[in-house]
Amino acid sequence: MELENRVAEIIIDKLGVKPEQVTPEAKFDTDLGADSIDQYELIMGFEDAFGLRIDEEEATKLTTVGKVVEYLKGKGLDQ
Amino acid sequence: MSRTVVITGAARGIGLAIAGKLVDEGWTVAGCDVLAEELQSLAETLGDRFRPFVLDVTDEDSVTETARRIEEETGQVFALVNNAGITRDGLIMRMSMADWDSVLAVNLTGAFMMCRAFSRGMLRHKEGSIVNISSVVALLGAAGQANYASTKAGLLGLTRALAREFAGRNIRVNAIAPGFIETDMTRELPEAVRNDYEDRVPMKRMGAPADIAEAVSFLLSDASTYITGVVLPVDGGLTT
Repeated sequence: MELENRVAEIIIDKLGVKPEQVTPEAKFDTDLGADSIDQYELIMGFEDAFGLRIDEEEATKLTTVGKVVEYLKGKGLDQ
Repeated sequence: MSRTVVITGAARGIGLAIAGKLVDEGWTVAGCDVLAEELQSLAETLGDRFRPFVLDVTDEDSVTETARRIEEETGQVFALVNNAGITRDGLIMRMSMADWDSVLAVNLTGAFMMCRAFSRGMLRHKEGSIVNISSVVALLGAAGQANYASTKAGLLGLTRALAREFAGRNIRVNAIAPGFIETDMTRELPEAVRNDYEDRVPMKRMGAPADIAEAVSFLLSDASTYITGVVLPVDGGLTT
């Protein structure tokens, strides 16, 4: 499965949003209704799914769907 | 399968009573304390379900490492009881910064670090129960205990903040405020002081560590699944 789809699947599962809401520009807080603990759990979900640890400083910058995908690509996870 | 609970200050007094009670109830108890020998002999008397972990709760690295080892050895940690506490009593004019800092470090910062260390696992499993052992002193104050009272009141703030933070995640956070309890600490008091204590308690007697253990057992159990963010005094009516 493509990286984008795997990320979207985790977000849909965790936040209970519709697939069409999960656009690259979508902000987790204002567009997808995630509170701070939802966002923490999302980061945990990405860590578990992709087998990496995202440090706190990085995690706070991952505010949109697109930023998460870019971050994971940067870690070489789109192979 | 046996649920795991982590208890700090498990080697003596109230912590020991909590550990014994929860082992009897079938929990796997990760008993943490700085007293290595006492922990070891407890492991012999309490059996396999008591796992000793020598831990200084003021040492951040040691808390992180011990939490990792506990989760590795026992699997999911369902519950945490922050019981470790010390006193360095004195009038404020004579209270050194060391007296203040050391009590803060064990009683409050230690509890914070333990909550932080285990909350990730609890979030992952979407269940958990944390009990912070505060004191009636948090509610009433006590002359000579500016440091201790501040930490015990601080634990109530920690309890309420985390209760709200985790309320939607099936993780409950509560506090118990023990009154005058028979422990090594209170046994050393002069008889006149003890009598005075007992006189002030509406039930006219001191409590036993077992009374606190019963309250902890309740707050960890499925009998209290709608209770979070409360302070439960166990004090013979002292704070009423």
